[in-house]
Amino acid sequence: MEEIRLTAPFTREQFASLRAGDNVLLSGVIYTARDAAHKRIVEAIAAGEEPPFPLQDAVIYYVGPTPAREGHAIGSAGPTTSYRMDAYAPTLLDLGETGMIGKGPRNEAVKAAIVRNGAVYFAAIGGAGALISKSIKEAEVIAYDDLGAEAVRRLVVEDMPVIVAIDSQGNDLYER
Amino acid sequence: MRELDVTKIRDAVCTMVQEVNYDLPADVLCVIKCAKGCERNERAAYILDKIEENIRIAGEEHIPLCQDTGLACVFLEIGQEVALTGGYLYDAVNEGVRRGYTEGYLRKSVVADPLRRVNTKDNTPARIHVDIVPGDQVKVTVAPKGFGSENMSRIAMFPPSAGEEGVKNFILETVRLAGGNPCPPIVLGIGIGGTFDSVALLAKKALLLPIDHQNEDPYYAAMEEELLAKINALGIGPQGFGGDTTALGLNILTAPTHIAGLPVAVNVNCHVSRHKEVIL
Repeated sequence: MEEIRLTAPFTREQFASLRAGDNVLLSGVIYTARDAAHKRIVEAIAAGEEPPFPLQDAVIYYVGPTPAREGHAIGSAGPTTSYRMDAYAPTLLDLGETGMIGKGPRNEAVKAAIVRNGAVYFAAIGGAGALISKSIKEAEVIAYDDLGAEAVRRLVVEDMPVIVAIDSQGNDLYER
Repeated sequence: MRELDVTKIRDAVCTMVQEVNYDLPADVLCVIKCAKGCERNERAAYILDKIEENIRIAGEEHIPLCQDTGLACVFLEIGQEVALTGGYLYDAVNEGVRRGYTEGYLRKSVVADPLRRVNTKDNTPARIHVDIVPGDQVKVTVAPKGFGSENMSRIAMFPPSAGEEGVKNFILETVRLAGGNPCPPIVLGIGIGGTFDSVALLAKKALLLPIDHQNEDPYYAAMEEELLAKINALGIGPQGFGGDTTALGLNILTAPTHIAGLPVAVNVNCHVSRHKEVIL
């Protein structure tokens, strides 16, 4: 199947032509956050504090990796199930987040926020953590270190394989 | 009495939690390869191909197959002629998990309290199930369980009138509701009968059987076959993006139950269906 290469910054303009079902290879900086980190980020924003990374044009990967072996940037790093982030995603999308990477369907509120903001929801292959780790070249914990696997990391990825699950027009690959 | 030092159980647990996170059981790999060959959907075949590549990389480089290296479920069948020495059994199992998850670069995915949610940082405690069996051996089975799929599992207490149709519909509905969430293609463990508490354990134990295992009772073997075909006809497909491959396998375990009840439990597992056993 054909693969589309995209390089950061991941802007709305760049994502506008993507369609649900496209295979994409992402290169550049993305950030990790899953359940506990999303809760903290949204609480920080509500308290008037700065989020741990700039949300403008940010792509957030829902992942809690395994520890890296010596000489590796990261351990196994596949996506976690996205619906658990549905409660937080619209807030982040409205603040500039352009992309999310996870797995599984999203609710209507998230879909509406995707369309409203011209964002994209990508699916990475669940359970393919070893394969995906090969495309992550750098990983650095930048916030919430106490959360362990759930800490926020800044990743540099190269040709990370994802599939457009919900495009900026709201087309949803889970609802064929 | 045969004496068995619990440090042997500790060491077996320590080794197996690592191995099982790098190497998928051969029976599961075989079914994935077979499914890829039969898959008519181009995207589904592409995903199955990536899954196969993931399995190869994990095995070769000792990178866990999935980042969710699971809550360690440990099943012990202890022969009643065995005297366990050298310490408390449960401490030994937990020490094996602690060492295995640390030495093996596995993720620590356990929180000490379900609501206050502070990580225990060593993946303990394990979920330990003990059965006393005849004989003088101990069988240790480890089955780390990821929660993307665990969260999609369901239990129901039907009236007997629901019958076979009610049970089958509940199982199909569970798979439909799970959709793309549990990383399909999935593997299902199904428990029917027993009590509220035991039916869920039956379902979990059904996940420990070889993926192509057939129920010894032809009635249930036929039900397994029918359900697998119906699940794969749902078209959910790998990752929920459509295709012929929604489930790789399904096993049913049953138990006697009460005249007023028909408990059913469906334990959903992802394609990274990990389990490994050793006899000591």
